[in-house]
Amino acid sequence: MKQRLVVIGAGMASGRMLEHLFEAGFDGEVTLFNAEPRGNYNRLMLSPVLSGEKTYDQIVTHDAGWYESHGVDCRFGEPVVKIDRENKVVYSAQGGVPYDALVIATGSAPFILPVPGKDLPGVCTYRDLEDTNAMIAASRPGAKAVVIGGGLLGLEAAAGMAARGAEVTVIHLMGHLMERQLDPAAGYLLQKDLEARGIRIHCKGATKAILGRDRVEAVLLEDGTVYDADLVCMAVGIRPEVRLAHDAHLEVGRGIVVDDQMRTSDPAIYALGECVEHDKQLFGLVAPLYDQAKVLAATLLGQEAAFKPVQTATKLKVTGVDLFSAGDFAEAPGREDIVFRDPGRGVYKRLILEGERLIGAVMYGDTADGSWFFDLIRQGKDVSDLRDTLIFGPAYAGGPTANPLAAVAALPPEAEICGCNGVCKGRIVQAIEGGATTLDMVRAQTKASASCGTCTGLVEQVMALTLGDGFTANANPPMCKCTDHTHEDVRRLIKSRGLKSIPAVMQELGWKTSGGCATCRPALNYYLLSDWPLEYRDDRQSRFVNERNHANIQKDGTYSVVPRMWGGVTTPAELRAIADAAEKYAVPMVKVTGGQRIDLLGVRKEDLPAIWADLNAAGMVSGHAYAKGLRTVKTCVGTEFCRFGTQDSTGLGIKLEKLLWGAWTPAKVKLAVSGCPRNCAEATCKDVGVVCVESGYQIGVAGAAGMDVKETEPLLTVATEDEVLEVVAAFIQLYRENARYLHRIYKWVAKVGLDWCRAQVADPAARAALVERFRISQSVYQTDPWAEHAARPADWAPVADLTLRAAE
Amino acid sequence: MTMIDIAALDDIPREGARVVRTALGCIAVFRTADDRVFALDDRCPHKGGPLSEGIVHGSLVTCPLHGMVFDLATGLAQGADTGSVATHPARVERGRVLIGLEVMRARPAA
Repeated sequence: MKQRLVVIGAGMASGRMLEHLFEAGFDGEVTLFNAEPRGNYNRLMLSPVLSGEKTYDQIVTHDAGWYESHGVDCRFGEPVVKIDRENKVVYSAQGGVPYDALVIATGSAPFILPVPGKDLPGVCTYRDLEDTNAMIAASRPGAKAVVIGGGLLGLEAAAGMAARGAEVTVIHLMGHLMERQLDPAAGYLLQKDLEARGIRIHCKGATKAILGRDRVEAVLLEDGTVYDADLVCMAVGIRPEVRLAHDAHLEVGRGIVVDDQMRTSDPAIYALGECVEHDKQLFGLVAPLYDQAKVLAATLLGQEAAFKPVQTATKLKVTGVDLFSAGDFAEAPGREDIVFRDPGRGVYKRLILEGERLIGAVMYGDTADGSWFFDLIRQGKDVSDLRDTLIFGPAYAGGPTANPLAAVAALPPEAEICGCNGVCKGRIVQAIEGGATTLDMVRAQTKASASCGTCTGLVEQVMALTLGDGFTANANPPMCKCTDHTHEDVRRLIKSRGLKSIPAVMQELGWKTSGGCATCRPALNYYLLSDWPLEYRDDRQSRFVNERNHANIQKDGTYSVVPRMWGGVTTPAELRAIADAAEKYAVPMVKVTGGQRIDLLGVRKEDLPAIWADLNAAGMVSGHAYAKGLRTVKTCVGTEFCRFGTQDSTGLGIKLEKLLWGAWTPAKVKLAVSGCPRNCAEATCKDVGVVCVESGYQIGVAGAAGMDVKETEPLLTVATEDEVLEVVAAFIQLYRENARYLHRIYKWVAKVGLDWCRAQVADPAARAALVERFRISQSVYQTDPWAEHAARPADWAPVADLTLRAAE
Repeated sequence: MTMIDIAALDDIPREGARVVRTALGCIAVFRTADDRVFALDDRCPHKGGPLSEGIVHGSLVTCPLHGMVFDLATGLAQGADTGSVATHPARVERGRVLIGLEVMRARPAA
């Protein structure tokens, strides 16, 4: 009797397996069930069908004629409901079919987010032709579509619908697109390309609900954002379709467990494709599935074969987007990166080496060498000989190592050095020979390296060649080892090029590391939130511990807590609340600070939310005693009580503190207001100090009383309190926008000059603009961090306590 | 090796850490930008700083007290500094973070 083979599922894996079987002359009886009412087609090509570049007929791999000529009994549109292992019979609603060998190839099912509204009409997934047709029907020009999930499938769905004229928004839970395949830099470039096609991208977006009465109308996110939608496509992931196997009591982990021969726990039943789990691994890309098909065909023919998963590479099938990722690109000890960035062309390449071998590659913008790299990864070849030129691909492999200075020397005078401003080498040499001996002078005269700045190194090499020993490199050192740019250049470029995220800065300015370091990350985070208060969101993980935890870390790992005391004025009720908190949380030391407030020292991290909640309840907010931001406004008692006071210095101090608190600055900022020239509040050694006199207010700036001691310099004298508030806000904003990170005001003023600062804040129009920008920033950042964090106490405690367990 | 389930991966912020309290001292469990996890003693060998509060960059962490940098996988100090922090087995399985307990037991009580 002929062998009876039953196959459940007519997908790409089982289709390939049948091809192998028939080619080898298999003469059994094949019955093929498929839940979809059609045979096998190339599912990978659904994206070109969606975008209109192909039709369904063009992607069919096995037509009716093929099945007929091989005598396959096709049961399309007939889902299998049960496997009877004891009697070896498979049942559909139409009845049973007996088998000698059974192949389960049920593939995977899209994961559906368990949110309200998930079942509304107009919500689809992206798995089969029905989904594709639903999206095509909904993608008329002007229609609004929301895709949940910024992975491979979600982005292909989004690009396809956008190509048909729909307004598409992609909501992605993670910080950057395709985070499994791409690192943040490549994810940033991808986002930029997709946005240029009119697709809106919302990263770090968690879907809360799908809204609509009779059908989908909008999507609501956890952060409150609402996007209108005529269609919602969920592409958040897939999971192996294992229900039949599970009901039949086969061994199932995440997928149907198979051995190297693709055999399940029942020797008569095999499985392959996205539904299986082999050696604890699942499979989603087509290459390993085709390998499985080959192995299973051999097994069914009684031949020896074993499945071994191989490395796979990823490409996104969106026309015009060049992206490639292969192998392992995680950072790890013993691994080294080679990073190449060409900001002008939007190119990013990163190779990951372990010892002498290439183990991973991520490329964006120029993927021509992808297959060469992929080959090196798979072969595990020693690449140490190629290393110097490896990143430039096979064209340069093994070529002579170039001396950068010799390469610049060899350039002809007409060679372009600065692409942004079209400046050639000859023009730069001419300027240098005409007396431009510093980078700034060359920049001023030629505009070379004055725009994006990535050619700064080249310009300096031209200077070194022309000046010989007379050239000393830029005395202003780079920000850190991750970049050649100075702090000033980075600030300038963030503004001039509209860079609004840390990955954007790192890519566009050619960062040499993939994730920055503890020096540049806090600085970039500050520059971005200072320059784009409405668009950029503070990155907590790029903050130093004190600002991340809103308390000052002490040498023993405990923290100090300082509530704000406006202008140094408190009340019996506040003092009582502070005393109660100190006792309740067994605070080891209560100390009066130099800035006229009270410090609770030695608080344990897990107690911070509770102590904040108590102090908040008594009406107090964070004193930001830990912040690169406004600390205190020290005051004397002024006209209220003092017999010498000329103005209400206490009242003015409180007004200044209420105006400025919460603003992040490059370094800490301390103010003081004294009521008369006796200067009891010591206003003349502060970052900003106001001394009241009979005729008005003397505003001094750039004092210091720390590592350096320095008297303030007079900025302006004004007649009214309102003017003081305006001038001080404008001056602080000027400092926020221009100083480099960690420079106190006195250092910054020494660099830019007090005259320049005065000119900015004295000019009414410039002053008003500065004040307005400060107001906008405060509308976002003037919030009490304690209130927010006190609401999530669990985040501050240990995530687990194993003390009992370990003591067992 | 006994591996103990201590938290969901998402309980630990990317480029951040959470602390696990044990009878033999606190352990810092780090999560990198690309979702790998590492477990190290939460104590800098220099002055005892809590490494869990350091800035995580790549697979390194910078101690918050005096800026020593450690490799999360080996626990070795980087650059010109010397010294090391004890590491413990850690891995992610189905979205859960597991850490090895046996090594913790084997270490003498501090």
